[in-house]
Amino acid sequence: MTDRRLSRRDLFRLGLAAGPASLVAACGWDGGPHLGPKLHAVSKVNDWVGEKLFLSSSRLAPQYPRSLRTAPRDFPAYSISHPLPVVADPAAWALEVKGLVAQPQRLTLAMIQALPRVTYTVKHHCVEGWTAIATWTGAPLSSVIALAQPTAAARYLRFDSFDHGYFNGWDLKSAMHPQTILAYAWNDRPLTPAHGAPLRLYAPIKLGYKLTKFLTAMTLTAEQPGGYWENQGYPWLGGV
Amino acid sequence: MSDNGPATPPAAHAEDDAAGTPGALGTPGAAAAPGKRPLVHRHHWLVRVTHWANAVLLVGMIASGLQIYNAFGHFGPRGGPFYPNPFDGKPFPPWSRLGGWLAGGLNWHFALAWPFVFTGAAYLLYMVFSGEWRSLLFRPRDVPRAIAMQLYYLRLRREHPPQGKHNALQKGAYTSILLLAVISVLSGFAIYKPAQLSWLTALFGGYELARYWHFWAVFLFLAFTLVHVTLVLVVDPASLRAMITGWYRGRFPSHD
Repeated sequence: MTDRRLSRRDLFRLGLAAGPASLVAACGWDGGPHLGPKLHAVSKVNDWVGEKLFLSSSRLAPQYPRSLRTAPRDFPAYSISHPLPVVADPAAWALEVKGLVAQPQRLTLAMIQALPRVTYTVKHHCVEGWTAIATWTGAPLSSVIALAQPTAAARYLRFDSFDHGYFNGWDLKSAMHPQTILAYAWNDRPLTPAHGAPLRLYAPIKLGYKLTKFLTAMTLTAEQPGGYWENQGYPWLGGV
Repeated sequence: MSDNGPATPPAAHAEDDAAGTPGALGTPGAAAAPGKRPLVHRHHWLVRVTHWANAVLLVGMIASGLQIYNAFGHFGPRGGPFYPNPFDGKPFPPWSRLGGWLAGGLNWHFALAWPFVFTGAAYLLYMVFSGEWRSLLFRPRDVPRAIAMQLYYLRLRREHPPQGKHNALQKGAYTSILLLAVISVLSGFAIYKPAQLSWLTALFGGYELARYWHFWAVFLFLAFTLVHVTLVLVVDPASLRAMITGWYRGRFPSHD
């Protein structure tokens, strides 16, 4: 009787030791070949929950007074290419809208600036944990999507850039959000190369790495596009 | 892990614990007669499973959280000012981190958050529906009892104040740690979805402060664990067995 209970107790102890020990062994890796795919699967579930449960298609992210804006020199700007990618001939630049659309578009900056204009002062959330406040001006992405008329099969968008192949995939619900814009101005001035000139994607409802800079094309797709960082393990939805 | 153990202890075990001498801290009010400490069933299997599960999950949550912290080791907006933080700008050592890099830390953190919240919720639901919350929740009437207990520990009072399953100071500690867990989860959601849950983020004083409280919760958890484990091992080692098997035979057998 005593032996049986002791062995059961030993089993418990073994289990208690094995849990933390396996965690300690896991330290330093992002899951490895065995757990990595499982963590990725959970991340997919979190994307689903983030889009279906948390994301509202109408709720607006908080806006701030201009007086709370982060000093421009303190607002970080990341790019993959160094030095900064710059369009050689701004007059020749255009955004291609293609894929599962009835009316493919080729939009010059002037055409995008002629669309309805949205300006807001919002908080930028970086996946690293920092925030910065700035004013952004642009055309609602929903108005560009309306021009292109997506087919019924279109569920995602892929945004391409001229920044060393940087790209992102978006869900249609976030893309149609009233605060999702194609931005051409930052803090009331034309977008600088550091912030993605001539045109970048902006929204206060997604993390910074989802906001493709240096745009060249927008493609509507049926399959979920990956993304530059997303393909390396970052959460795909990136909604805040 | 269902516990279908005997409701009455097997006779063979009733005599194997002869140590009945009161310890240095004295005999509690409802103490058993020396030499015959009763074996009582103290913790439901659900309490034991969620206790150990959350202990392991908390280690993973903290380690992956420290990995995430390393990406931006400050609290406050870009350009500052930053909130006071003794770890400002300092990376935590590799052995304390889980995930290897920011994306790995995030994926661990968001994956472990599910079982952490579910086991916590299962525990809280059990406490509410079993009525066990009465023996754990610190209420206003526990204030004088906590003072009496403190006086006893300071040797300003001779007798151990009468207590139920836990004394008033334990109730205070366990209630606080549950509150801390709830605050950790809520501040976690506040920094996970600061736009969609902006009302919740605002409750914590904004994104930067929510992140600040979420970080400090780590050190409160660590401080609690240090004191908790020390007291278990030094004052009442029998309670360790009770949290593993459910059965308790020790100096504080009273049960309310």
